[in-house]
Amino acid sequence: MNDKLYRITLFVAALIMPIVCGGVVYALVTDAYDAFEHFGFLKFLTSSEWSYTEGNEQYGALPFITGTLMTTLLALIFCIPFSLPVALFVGEYFKGTKVASVLSTVTDLLAGIPSIIYGLWGFYTLRPIIMALNISPQGSGILTASLVLAIMIIPYATSLSAEFIKMVPNDLKEGAYSLGATRAEVVRKVIFPVAGSGIFSSYVLAIGRALGETMTVTMLIGNTNNIPNSITSTGNSMASIIANQFGEADDLRLSSLIAIGLVLFLITALINMIGKIMIKRTRIA
Amino acid sequence: MESITPILEFKKTCISYTKQTMAVKYVSTAIEKNTITAIMGPSGCGKSTLLRAVNLMHNLYQNIRVDGEILLNGENILSMEPIDVRRRVGMVFQRPAPFPTMSIYDNVLSGFTLNGIKLSKAEKDATVERCLRSVALWDEVKDVLNKKGTFLSGGQQQRLCIARALAMKPDVLLMDEPTSALDPIATKHIEELLLELQKEVTILIVTHNMGQAKRISSKSMFMYLGELVEYGDTETMFTNPIDERTKAYLTGKM
Repeated sequence: MNDKLYRITLFVAALIMPIVCGGVVYALVTDAYDAFEHFGFLKFLTSSEWSYTEGNEQYGALPFITGTLMTTLLALIFCIPFSLPVALFVGEYFKGTKVASVLSTVTDLLAGIPSIIYGLWGFYTLRPIIMALNISPQGSGILTASLVLAIMIIPYATSLSAEFIKMVPNDLKEGAYSLGATRAEVVRKVIFPVAGSGIFSSYVLAIGRALGETMTVTMLIGNTNNIPNSITSTGNSMASIIANQFGEADDLRLSSLIAIGLVLFLITALINMIGKIMIKRTRIA
Repeated sequence: MESITPILEFKKTCISYTKQTMAVKYVSTAIEKNTITAIMGPSGCGKSTLLRAVNLMHNLYQNIRVDGEILLNGENILSMEPIDVRRRVGMVFQRPAPFPTMSIYDNVLSGFTLNGIKLSKAEKDATVERCLRSVALWDEVKDVLNKKGTFLSGGQQQRLCIARALAMKPDVLLMDEPTSALDPIATKHIEELLLELQKEVTILIVTHNMGQAKRISSKSMFMYLGELVEYGDTETMFTNPIDERTKAYLTGKM
């Protein structure tokens, strides 16, 4: 009897998760429906108009999709040269040493810093530097946001790829050394090929985080509704346009914002799914 | 009579993992060219540690100290570059571990690719065939050379690993219980193979299997608690061991 009660409780608790998820998707779809119906799904995704003149409202998601993709891609590019060496340091070169454990603790600590703090740092420290270097007059923009975003995703990419690097069996590494390989050759020709898909998937998951990051990007991207024409220009990401305008928007504009939210949700879910599937597929002998 | 330099010579070789204890204590002996020498002894006696030192495997780990000398053709390997040593001394490990991302063909050539040595297509083909033939694997795999090495059975994988080591034309081949993960038939194949191979390479093999030592080796070393207790002709050691400890081990009383 007691066991039955227990099982029912667990079942109900477990049921809540899919219900919440389904509810979120349902709410997004119903609220976004207006915008899609008014502009058409493809038109909405490919239009770069964002004007709320009464009587001639035009909303399109293209500038924000572009902004999100640009910041994410740049963040990834900035992230790799830092995260990969650290992952190798922790997972191979100094595996199991005190230095490595201190370094990985510090890296993990970075992941725990609230995004608003990163935003403040970016705004008050990085932005003036960007201005002083004459990279862009206003300091904020795609580049500034991407740089901070890169720092934010480094911990995720690093600790996960370090785990995959650690998992490469000693047998293989010793086998390669016994054939006269140097450490660099072992890294390049044994560790990377074997741990490669795992490392790749850790970057996919890092991308998943960068796509939806809101606070930092909103504070640093410049918040203009144009398609960014260079990496130093200002723009808006999908998350930042929503954060900027949801408070004052109603009717069609609100629906358009929610439609952007739905698209962002779908992209992020897809990326995360790809990453998870790849991790599952990574079988290290 | 002119004295012949032994291919491999241990001179007061000591190996320690910690400051207090030594895993290998003052081992001194000489290994003759083109022989199979079996290293026997109970678990933890230091036989694998000694074997791995010949390939400078201890350099990969911190805190392992090797003292004394290990001479390869009269040259102390402890003061040589690990890479040079490892190209001349091949090693086969307990568990067959072909590189999972490489084909059978590429696995045989992995010693060259890992060292950045470029070979022509003809040289590659010749090396692959020569090495796979010498481990009696050629007929079994010649049509599937592009398949991953991990598709093979355990025994075939181990032979592939031996082929991989032979491709570098080593002077000495170290084997750390190479058949302990294999079934009896695969083991038999490998043993027959080793008897063939001793014509071209000097083999030093750690084994727990006394039958195996008896079947394939001409010389045997018996180690106990880090010491080299006895070294001599395998036949003599098995029929008439000098040391009590050797006798106890060989009769299963240890």
